[in-house]
Amino acid sequence: MPDPDDTDLAILRVVRANAALSTAAVGRAVGLSQAATWRRLDRLRKAGILAGRELALDLEALGFGVTVFLGVKLAAKARVSLEDFERAVSAIPEVRRVDHVLGRYDYRLRVVARDIADFERVFRRRILALPGMGEVEANVMLSERRLPGPL
Amino acid sequence: MLDDLDRRLLRRWQADPDLHVTELAAEIGIHQSVATRRIDRLREAGVLRGVHGVIDWKALGYAVEVSLRFTLEKSSPRALDRFLAAAEGIPEVVEMQTFLGRVDVRLAVVARDLGHWQTLYRDRILTLPHIADIEALMQVARVKTDAVLPV
Repeated sequence: MPDPDDTDLAILRVVRANAALSTAAVGRAVGLSQAATWRRLDRLRKAGILAGRELALDLEALGFGVTVFLGVKLAAKARVSLEDFERAVSAIPEVRRVDHVLGRYDYRLRVVARDIADFERVFRRRILALPGMGEVEANVMLSERRLPGPL
Repeated sequence: MLDDLDRRLLRRWQADPDLHVTELAAEIGIHQSVATRRIDRLREAGVLRGVHGVIDWKALGYAVEVSLRFTLEKSSPRALDRFLAAAEGIPEVVEMQTFLGRVDVRLAVVARDLGHWQTLYRDRILTLPHIADIEALMQVARVKTDAVLPV
């Protein structure tokens, strides 16, 4: 598709904040007809720029009071395959996000738990038992904000 | 409090957030009006904070994603507030978290390419107030994305 113009970016801004809006409502927010909005949304989806929807849930209300970010360094890189580590870490339900990164750590994990005791259980029994685990650093999340980004 | 039906609905919807209420209701075997009422109630209770559109920054032309981890100077009591307020003014910052641990703040930053990243880093990031230490983790690949919460 051609580079997104300002109207496309305005649509993305609206949908990023609220993807439950109807096409007509998105159109009203950016001053376009429903048909024109639909065409642009369709193009943004086909280009992979608008990549679906996600639910923003209040983790605490669902009983997940603790979110911890872990930086993980693999121990013996040469001996363990990255695929084995990735498969094993992805299979842990409490691990919600895994990023392969370059820098002080090899992987960045986002882990949820009911409380600190529950986190300790997940950490000791599941995380530390992963194949190739080396150095780990844990930081307990206190707050989080999503920003509009460069839209 | 959530009952079994709420949990079933949230599990199914999290697994496929693109589902419309009609489809969601059909999949878990309830009437559409029941599903709508449940969703409204989850919103009112603050459990469901919203439905967001997911933007693929890479597809939008932001090829570089960096996780920046900051340790702040603890000498000034307002350091964290000042830092966060300034960081919020950088359009390329897409996520912001605060922590208890060695790291005080994490910013997820996107850039078009390494040249753009370099400019951004020197002109906007390094000039943020009260930085004691910065560590950058460059994103190589996302291995697991916002998995379904075990509700």
